[in-house]
Amino acid sequence: MVSRPHGGRLIDRTVSPKRRERLLEEARELPRINVNESIAADAANIAHGVYSPLEGFMVQEDYINVLDQMRLSNDLPWTIPIILDVDPEDIIGVNEGDDIALYYRGEPLAIMRVEEIYGWNKKEYAMKVFKTTDPNHPGVAKTFKRRELLIGGSIDLLKDPPEPFENIRLWPKETRVLFEARGWKRIAAFQTRNVPHMGHEYVQKAALTFTDGLFINPLVGWKKPGDYRDEVIVKAYKALIEHYYPKEVVVLSVLRMEMRYAGPREAVHHAIVRKNFGATHFIVGRDHAGVGNYYGPYEAWEIFREFPDLGITPLFVREAFYCKKCGQMVNEKICPHPEEFRIRISGTKLRKMIMSGQKPPEYMMRPEVARVILEHSKPFIGEDEA
Amino acid sequence: MVHKDMTEKVSIEIRRDLYDKAKKFIEEQGGFSSVEELVEFLLEEVLSSEEAEERGLSKEDEEKVKERLRALGYI
Repeated sequence: MVSRPHGGRLIDRTVSPKRRERLLEEARELPRINVNESIAADAANIAHGVYSPLEGFMVQEDYINVLDQMRLSNDLPWTIPIILDVDPEDIIGVNEGDDIALYYRGEPLAIMRVEEIYGWNKKEYAMKVFKTTDPNHPGVAKTFKRRELLIGGSIDLLKDPPEPFENIRLWPKETRVLFEARGWKRIAAFQTRNVPHMGHEYVQKAALTFTDGLFINPLVGWKKPGDYRDEVIVKAYKALIEHYYPKEVVVLSVLRMEMRYAGPREAVHHAIVRKNFGATHFIVGRDHAGVGNYYGPYEAWEIFREFPDLGITPLFVREAFYCKKCGQMVNEKICPHPEEFRIRISGTKLRKMIMSGQKPPEYMMRPEVARVILEHSKPFIGEDEA
Repeated sequence: MVHKDMTEKVSIEIRRDLYDKAKKFIEEQGGFSSVEELVEFLLEEVLSSEEAEERGLSKEDEEKVKERLRALGYI
């Protein structure tokens, strides 16, 4: 049995084709708010149930509860505020109770019923969500650039934002049908923003050993400079699955959602989202969703103790390394050999090798994976692109 | 509620004040061309969510999902 959606019901705020035409016309007459890629992705995620039980952007009561208690006002676990920010001049003449149209790339995206307009304290947000106000933290820097007011209210999605990976993008209602069609009852979800190296493969296969299926769900969308490009991540995973995974036990599907780099809070958020996709288990990595040295290596594990009612089982799989004595990928629980025999796979080291056009050794990365990355002229997001 | 002369449809009765409220709602909010359409929409919403409970899918929707999954090579 796949997981029950968070809150018990999978939210659907998409509109039927019959209503869409009329609502599209109506949207053109409404006050207009232009949204960026991340907000458009959040709107689509709300409408397709990825963020169930949310039916819209958060009103103040939920926002404050999430910041202070890591729960919605109905007490359901929720750790990252899903908010829509606007400038005061964007909403001149808009009152609570009005409908507005959210536009993305010049096209109507959704109609929103404005339930509440409220101010927010970005420093407080940063401190509570990211545990720092350091502007060098990519999530904090992005927060400080956001607009001054928040609007809360339910939305009706008129159409999906454009998705370059449409052929490997599944929504929760689709993965739920898919998992059932495959007869999977225990599904381990894997969140990633990276290309796969041998450590990832080890962790995924360890989880797959005692579940029925593996749901690999890379994030596409905004990431910080220096991270791998979406198309590189997708190609690398396709290569790995093609050559090294039994296809009938793996599903690869992308999720358009921005990385927040909020460490422990984001780990819980990632788990809730995968619960909505139907996963029963969620692999939580060491320093999951972390960046720099802002979070302790196991903080993202410890936070799960606060959520016995999460409804998805976290899998704390230890960091894998290559042991020269064992001759394979292992972890500290199963390898008796001292540190001198252990080679840790560092993402930074891998990046440096790839940047210099060097093929990583096979104990670090599968050659087929390395090849597709090295074939790409610019595998990383540039400083001027994020 | 006004009866529509179509064999596949039936007429039902609702309170006049509710009908008037629904009519006013449509005039003010738009999105529906008639009270019938609004009532049909609300009934579909309630009944389909009742049927589909957790997954939020009718049998017909489930078939559509399976078609897409087949087309994409997932099943």
